[in-house]
Amino acid sequence: MIQFERVSKRYDNSHDALKEVSFDIAPEELVFLTGHSGAGKSTLLRLIMLMERPSRGRVVVNGQDLASCGRRAIPRHRQSIGVVFQNHKLLMGRSVYDNVALPLQIAGFEHRDIDRRVSAALDKVGLLHREQAMPMSLSGGEQQRVGIARAVVRRPSILLADEPTGNLDPELSAEIMKLFVDFSRVGVTVLIASHDLALISRLRHRILTLRDGRLVAPGTARGNA
Amino acid sequence: MATPKRSKGARPRRQSLLARWRGWQHHHGQSAAESLAKVLGQPLGSLLTWLVMGIALALPTGLWLMLDNLAAVSRNLDSPAQLTVFLDAAMDAGGATELARSVGGRDDVFSSQFLDRDQALASFVADAAMADLAAGLDENPLPHQLIVTPRSEDPEAVARLSAELAALAEVESVLVDTAWLQRLERLMRLGRRAVQILGALLLLAVVLVLGNTIRLAIEGRRDEIVIIKLVGGTDAFVRRPLLYTGLWFGLGGGIVAALLVTAGTLLLSPLVRDLAATYGSNFTLRGLGVIDSLQLVLLGAVLGLAGAWLAVARHLRAIEPR
Ligand SMILES: Nc1ncnc2c1ncn2[C@@H]1O[C@H](COP(=O)(O)OP(=O)(O)O)[C@@H](O)[C@H]1O
Ligand SMILES: [Mg+2]
Repeated sequence: MIQFERVSKRYDNSHDALKEVSFDIAPEELVFLTGHSGAGKSTLLRLIMLMERPSRGRVVVNGQDLASCGRRAIPRHRQSIGVVFQNHKLLMGRSVYDNVALPLQIAGFEHRDIDRRVSAALDKVGLLHREQAMPMSLSGGEQQRVGIARAVVRRPSILLADEPTGNLDPELSAEIMKLFVDFSRVGVTVLIASHDLALISRLRHRILTLRDGRLVAPGTARGNA
Repeated sequence: MATPKRSKGARPRRQSLLARWRGWQHHHGQSAAESLAKVLGQPLGSLLTWLVMGIALALPTGLWLMLDNLAAVSRNLDSPAQLTVFLDAAMDAGGATELARSVGGRDDVFSSQFLDRDQALASFVADAAMADLAAGLDENPLPHQLIVTPRSEDPEAVARLSAELAALAEVESVLVDTAWLQRLERLMRLGRRAVQILGALLLLAVVLVLGNTIRLAIEGRRDEIVIIKLVGGTDAFVRRPLLYTGLWFGLGGGIVAALLVTAGTLLLSPLVRDLAATYGSNFTLRGLGVIDSLQLVLLGAVLGLAGAWLAVARHLRAIEPR
């Protein structure tokens, strides 16, 4: 589903953020990506969603070599991927409902369908009762869950998350992680970047570890779920 | 470990065309309503933009209207062109009177008046500067003349009439006194061109002002645009509310312009009526009609869209998620 073939990424005149990274994530697999701060986790995710292009190597997502995905094709590509951001990236001037509805509006869904799907997604993350609230009035954990609802509302085949539990307490973190596990059970390929080793090693899924831009553990070293 | 390729099947289900059309319509409606709410939500700033646009549009429109009225006035002026027809020296007064009558009967002639050669000399001499010159003459060098007023003021028609009269056997030559008419015509043409140039410059200014307003709107929504692009928003989707913002500013500007021009006409119209009355004319100032006003509003809308498009084309691409 997601393949990296000897991918390197160098930002403008700095060192390599990723070096010769190769791995392969099967459909419906849940994989954790870990490593110290600055190891290149975010960079790896940004390559998948085409916020950056690799300096060398090949990224293949859903059977498509992303090198063949031009500027104009980026929106369609991003629509097929759900992304949860570390700092939520919610529209602060809009209600929870509008935030979650955004991907559906972009895809041109009908009003009725939008209603139904937004309710389903908010229900899934336990925020149905906060539909009309503004993001500002929500706690960090709630905001993150709105972000998750937005990421899954279009039922993407791939779900990416960058430090989704970054600044949450352990209990909330576990709750959020459980949501991701649930999604992977219903056929979504999930890739989660997190440095919370204690939490992710408990969950017994494959873990990719980056150190200074290189993949440390072989892709299949750890136990598989 | 080869990944099974589920390229298309695994993607989110595509919407039916009808559903997408409805969704698209809905987003248009929503973009229009939200951008209008935003424009109205900052009444002071929006009013300023509308005024700037309105004044810039009203200026050339008002000048153009004035020229239009001037043209109407010049058409109303009495006998703007006169032909002096010099008859053959051999012609006597009786024959000349006869000819004056027959020329006066032409369809393209309003009036034809016989002017006796002695009379002509007398009026010539009445001009003080000419008196000395005439005193040196032994006899009257002038032939009998006809003063012909054409029915049409169209320079071409006058020229045709003059050529036809000159071709008559009894006619020596024809003098056309249309120089001042042509001068007025040229002056009007110059005025129109000047207004056109001024108008083009002001339209450009309107587009630039609008472009700048939209640029600020884009800056103000930078975070929002980044987020929309992150979740797969197309350029068209991001552009839509901004174009509507331009449209609202443009429409408002057009309405202000139409109001300003109409107010100006209303202010001037009693003065013009009084002035015309002193000339015994019932001329009234022509203002903007309903159609003209609608066109002005439409022009404002088009300019607003153009300005927004310009700003969006220039600045939107630079906003990419980082
Ligand atoms: N936009 C950028 N420009 C230049 N260097 C960057 C940029 N983003 C990240 N980096 C560098 O790339 C390396 C990897 O960063 P990142 O992928 O954010 O790591 P992580 O998410 O694991 O903390 C770091 O050294 C960081 O300084
Ligand atoms: Mg990071």
